[in-house]
Amino acid sequence: MFSWLKRGRTKETLKDRLELVLAYDRAKIPPGKVEALRNDLLEVVQRYFPSTNSKIEIEQDGESVVLTASIAIDEPPKKR
Amino acid sequence: MDAKVIVVTSGKGGVGKTTTTANIGAALAKLGEKVVVIDVDVGLRNLDVVMGLESRVVFDLVDVLEGKCRMSQALIRDKRVENLYLLPASQTRDKDALDPEVFKTVVQGLLDEEKFDRILIDSPAGIEAGFRTAAAPAKGALVVVNPEVSSVRDADRIIGLLEAGQVSEIRLVINRLRPKMVASGNMLSEGDMLDILGVKPIGIVPEDEGIIVSTNVGEPAVLGTTQAGLAFMATARRIRGEEVPYPKYEEDKGFWAALKRMFGGG
Ligand SMILES: Nc1ncnc2c1ncn2[C@@H]1O[C@H](COP(=O)(O)OP(=O)(O)O)[C@@H](O)[C@H]1O
Ligand SMILES: [Mg+2]
Repeated sequence: MFSWLKRGRTKETLKDRLELVLAYDRAKIPPGKVEALRNDLLEVVQRYFPSTNSKIEIEQDGESVVLTASIAIDEPPKKR
Repeated sequence: MDAKVIVVTSGKGGVGKTTTTANIGAALAKLGEKVVVIDVDVGLRNLDVVMGLESRVVFDLVDVLEGKCRMSQALIRDKRVENLYLLPASQTRDKDALDPEVFKTVVQGLLDEEKFDRILIDSPAGIEAGFRTAAAPAKGALVVVNPEVSSVRDADRIIGLLEAGQVSEIRLVINRLRPKMVASGNMLSEGDMLDILGVKPIGIVPEDEGIIVSTNVGEPAVLGTTQAGLAFMATARRIRGEEVPYPKYEEDKGFWAALKRMFGGG
């Protein structure tokens, strides 16, 4: 079913996965460790801002690898 | 195959060892075995990405060998297939970090303590230290070979080395076979390979774009229904002792093939 469509997309999946894995390789960090940190961070953010869309990403920035957190606070925390 | 510990090897690089390890591992787990696949390619880890488990690596084989973590911390459980585990190689260390004797005790521990039914070891290319370490704990071997000259020659060399060691069950996995080319007499057939190498094939896997797509998304082909996926699944069944006939791959349906058939050729 729409296998040609799916096929066209798998290259994008591969590219994303490779970019991520290479960033970890270059930084000599095991990905699972950052993944766990990311999940913990997201959990904490969720606790304070339940309805936000937070994104925490690892990126290659020139020589260094950076963990960026973009925490969008679309909604002010509800007053009681 | 009776061997619980099987090394997947080839001599030559790029013939499909990692693809075979991932797929046979997933297939055996699907068939009910508790399986661990081990990446021994220290410094050039790949089995994790082929299996789509790369983001979950925290500890690795070398950490276990050096006592930096417990085995259970390094084993990654595949959430898609029950009873399938990956033990990743270290990406940051060099090859000397792996001692064959220490590796043997680790593998024995996986059998005795973690109760795995089957352990598949993805060997690095070559015939040097990395290969010897990978083969050290193995009683069985899957020799992956492509139907082309350099791969067959390297496979013969590897088979010789395995026979000189303690590996007693050696089987051939013929990978990237192109039925059309075999039919037209331009590629070695399964029978030719048996004649040349004297080792029986246990699997014949066609060249299949589905393998590339499955690697792109990090999902072993045996979880789908591509020709290569089905061929790996059949191979796993044969490893478990089932009699599985080899399928007839789709004949050349092109105009020339039809013409040839009409005139009794091909
Ligand atoms: N049956 C097949 N059909 C098509 N491509 C394949 C097949 N088997 C392996 N490949 C491709 O060949 C390349 C090498 O395979 P890999 O398993 O990494 O080899 P190795 O571990 O022996 O170096 C990979 O790009 C893989 O996707
Ligand atoms: Mg490999």
